[in-house]
Amino acid sequence: MNWFYFSSPATFYRLAGWLAPWFFGVAALLAAVGLYYGFIVAPTDAQQGEVYRVIFIHVPAAWMSMFLYFVMAAYSAASLTFNTRLGAMMARSLAPTGALFTFVALWTGAFWGRPTWGTYWAWDARMTSELILLFLYLGVIALRNAIDDPRRGDKACAVLALVGAVNVPIIYFSVKWWNTLHQGSTISMTAAPRMAAIMLVGLVLMSLAAWAYAIAMTLARVRAVILERERGAVWISYLPDLRLQGA
Amino acid sequence: MTTVTLGSWPGGFAWAFSRDFRLAWRNPGETVLVIAFFVLVASLFPLGVGADMRLLERIGPGVIWVCALLAAFLSLPTMFSTDYMDGSLEQMALSSHPMVGWVSGKIAAHWIMTGLPLTVLSPLLALQYGLQADTLLVLAAALAIGTPVLSLLGAACSALTLGARGGGMLLALLALPLFVPILIFGAGAAEAQASGLSPSPHLSLLGAGLIVAAVGLPSAVGLAIRIALD
Repeated sequence: MNWFYFSSPATFYRLAGWLAPWFFGVAALLAAVGLYYGFIVAPTDAQQGEVYRVIFIHVPAAWMSMFLYFVMAAYSAASLTFNTRLGAMMARSLAPTGALFTFVALWTGAFWGRPTWGTYWAWDARMTSELILLFLYLGVIALRNAIDDPRRGDKACAVLALVGAVNVPIIYFSVKWWNTLHQGSTISMTAAPRMAAIMLVGLVLMSLAAWAYAIAMTLARVRAVILERERGAVWISYLPDLRLQGA
Repeated sequence: MTTVTLGSWPGGFAWAFSRDFRLAWRNPGETVLVIAFFVLVASLFPLGVGADMRLLERIGPGVIWVCALLAAFLSLPTMFSTDYMDGSLEQMALSSHPMVGWVSGKIAAHWIMTGLPLTVLSPLLALQYGLQADTLLVLAAALAIGTPVLSLLGAACSALTLGARGGGMLLALLALPLFVPILIFGAGAAEAQASGLSPSPHLSLLGAGLIVAAVGLPSAVGLAIRIALD
């Protein structure tokens, strides 16, 4: 199999168009089941009461916000080393979704912090890092919009994403570096999770839903980016949905 | 008869450093402006929060660090853009010296013109804030290690925004978030000293950051300049 077959925008446009609805469907299904588990099946927490249920939104969003930055940096690195157009387009399409998840993580975290810690915002290392991450996303988006030449903008954003990627490990290890208010992560790969199995099921389902949503949104957005970028290309004029308009 | 000189890292560094330094020496307005801004903003804080010496002593290191950060940021937009506008940046890129060399030279010159004066002046401001002598020295040491990292990170952002719309504000959005870890460790060092703890972990982390930045960032700056010149 030729792995580079789908690295051409023309072929990937069709693939993305075929995949995106499926991932939207999977995301909706997983979110429905996950929310059912999270809000109805899962028991009330002994210490925090009902308010802990925000974990089913907060933790997947926080995971995705960091993970998507890493994925964006990986696509940026690929686009710089292999000089591919599609890699940069994917990096560009990932940024708004990543920024959205970062914002959701901060927002839900504030509402979780108020009843449990007694404050909407504490200048804790992880929260601060998450805020920095939001600015990193906004910086990439703003730089992309400020450069008129698309190829130059792609490359500049790729370099910025790679420089900013140094911050993502700092976010991860910040909990250990600055021992502050935020609790350490409850789920770890090495120790048995200290959390009821049913809650874990809900959390895993919601995380998978967040994954599927991020993939679907990115694919949908990259299709728009490809259309915009390749509007002069011949293959665009053969697209059935465009021919109808007599373009 | 023409002599062909082979480019080298030290050659490029020395050439770019002496050029930028001489330019700044002959036109010291910008450096003076940076220092004036630093002193002015640091003096505004007591007017804003009140002259309670205990409060000032507590917020002093952080305030001085934020002022240093903003002052270092002030001179970033012109770091490469004037050379980019008049075409000399392109000539430097075409020279036989490796890009990493002369880029490092330019960054070093930028630090000499901004970071170093701020470091030297910081004890004076720290006295205004009533910091103890040992805290004051730690603050200056942290600034001496930290401000070169600011110049390195700022250079990368400055090079990335070459030819982009919205210059200064965009640069602020790119650079200031990247400065945050330096700010935390830098101000943390002085605060640790003031509260009777050892500042050495913070200073060590700052030093580690400086080494990583000095090794990694000049090539990123070079790449960004190449992208801008494409």
